[in-house]
Amino acid sequence: MKSKAWTEKFMQGVFFVAACASVLAVALICIFLFANGIPAMREIGFIKFITGDIWRPGSDQYGILPMIVGSLYVTAGAIIFGVPIGILTSVFMAMYCPKQIYKPLKAATELLAGIPSVIYGFFGMVIVVPLIRSLGESLHAAGIVKNAGNGNSILTASIILGMMILPTIIGTTESAMRAVPSHYYEGSLALGATKERSIFRVIIPAAKSGVITGIVLGIGRAIGETMAVIMIVGNQARLTGSILQGIRTLTGNIVIEMGYATGLHREALIATGVVLFVFILIINLCVAVLKRGTDHE
Amino acid sequence: MSNKTTIGDKFRTYLKHPGSFIVMLLVMLSAIITFAVLIFLIAYILINGVPHITPSLFSLEYTSENASVVPALVNTIIMTLLSLVIAVPFGIFSAVFLVEYAPRGNKFVEIIRLTTETLQGIPSIVYGLFGMLLFVNALGWGFSLLAGAFTMAIMILPLIMRNTEEALKAVPDSYREGSFGLGAGKLRTVFRIVLPSAIPGVLAGVILAIGRIVGETAALMYTSGTVAQIPDSIMGSGRTLALHMYTLSSEGLYMDQAYATAVILLVLVVGINALSSFIARKLTKA
Repeated sequence: MKSKAWTEKFMQGVFFVAACASVLAVALICIFLFANGIPAMREIGFIKFITGDIWRPGSDQYGILPMIVGSLYVTAGAIIFGVPIGILTSVFMAMYCPKQIYKPLKAATELLAGIPSVIYGFFGMVIVVPLIRSLGESLHAAGIVKNAGNGNSILTASIILGMMILPTIIGTTESAMRAVPSHYYEGSLALGATKERSIFRVIIPAAKSGVITGIVLGIGRAIGETMAVIMIVGNQARLTGSILQGIRTLTGNIVIEMGYATGLHREALIATGVVLFVFILIINLCVAVLKRGTDHE
Repeated sequence: MSNKTTIGDKFRTYLKHPGSFIVMLLVMLSAIITFAVLIFLIAYILINGVPHITPSLFSLEYTSENASVVPALVNTIIMTLLSLVIAVPFGIFSAVFLVEYAPRGNKFVEIIRLTTETLQGIPSIVYGLFGMLLFVNALGWGFSLLAGAFTMAIMILPLIMRNTEEALKAVPDSYREGSFGLGAGKLRTVFRIVLPSAIPGVLAGVILAIGRIVGETAALMYTSGTVAQIPDSIMGSGRTLALHMYTLSSEGLYMDQAYATAVILLVLVVGINALSSFIARKLTKA
């Protein structure tokens, strides 16, 4: 019997150690990124690194402002395309969808989440890029824009990222809407409101925190997306005001130059990763706060 | 049913409230856009890719002429197995700890939850950077399948943990009480009663993780490297199918092969995800 008690204790220890793995992983990720990125930031100068608008590793100029702005541009674009369509689709899924087709459609939204980002990038490359290129050319011919661009642009990346964040937004919003007690909706109908008015004035406000969580998660996915974006966004490290022009994101900066970077250049790329990581941590924190908020209600 | 609304009633309501009608149209339009885009994406890749799936694409050796997917496929399988071997025990055991052993409301449990959520939100390129810094450089493994597998293992850990946790929670307490009542110890109960009943949920999580590994690119680029051959050992560099797909399309020389590879990748990932949700549905029915 004594050996049995020993095994129990031992295995409990094993389970505990396994549970520490995720804590250890996060700790290691933080340590390795910060330890390798902070020295470069110090050498370049933190302010110069963050606010410098020239990225020219050849002449030791490392300013990542264009990349920060680039990431914000494409993320904002993804929100503009993805959020309205995502929320309205989840309204359809929760309130309109006929029972017979609900299951296949639900599976389809999950499928949308499962498609690898290279496939999205490839799709963007062969379909969306040529479309935007001809759009740019016709706008240029009409004299509306000065520079037509070659199709690899902020707009292209926004459209593809908008598609990619759809499943995140649909999943969270739909379950938040379903969690709203049905007597809210019925009460609204009984007061004479139409179905649409009841949905948008009663259910969605009640599901607000879930909807916002979905949007924040979508932002996290868009800002962290790498492969799909670098295949379609042009990757020019510069500031631009036109959505038909290419730009480079934080994620793209790392992938494109890491292959051949050495010395300070390499450290500056890791520091780019640190900036991205900090963005993501802030977004995660927002999600955690939002979730705790809903749990207490 | 006398109070059933007919199409005519709906029509009259919408006539009285044109605003509601427009909103309804927008909802329908958005749903159509979402599903049309998905169908278009899949159909486009299938139509353009299937004709290019040729026997030479499946040559055993990769050459610059055939752009064969076989080495990449083999590497993907090795990568998947390695990552699972590392991540699955940790994932299942930590879920067992959280559900069966940890006292409720424990501070440490809170920390584990928080770190798991953090891991889930970290983008793959950050995992790639970390894997490069730790496994490739600090541990000196170089670009290798092993470095890639360890990176992927950390990435899929939260996925396996979460699914196992949900599955364990779904096992009724009466099972545990019954087992204890028959004189089984805690450990025996966990391994003989609780885990076997939670297998479908665990499996769904593992298969979902396989889907993630197969589709991953950014985290592997600077950990497992991009060599287009099957390495001699797991310490050698080799690219997986998704990375192969990226290289083909970014080089722009092998567009036909890129389409064909896209089909293979898409079918694989979609199949894996479908299998996962099929098993998960089995779980909810049982």
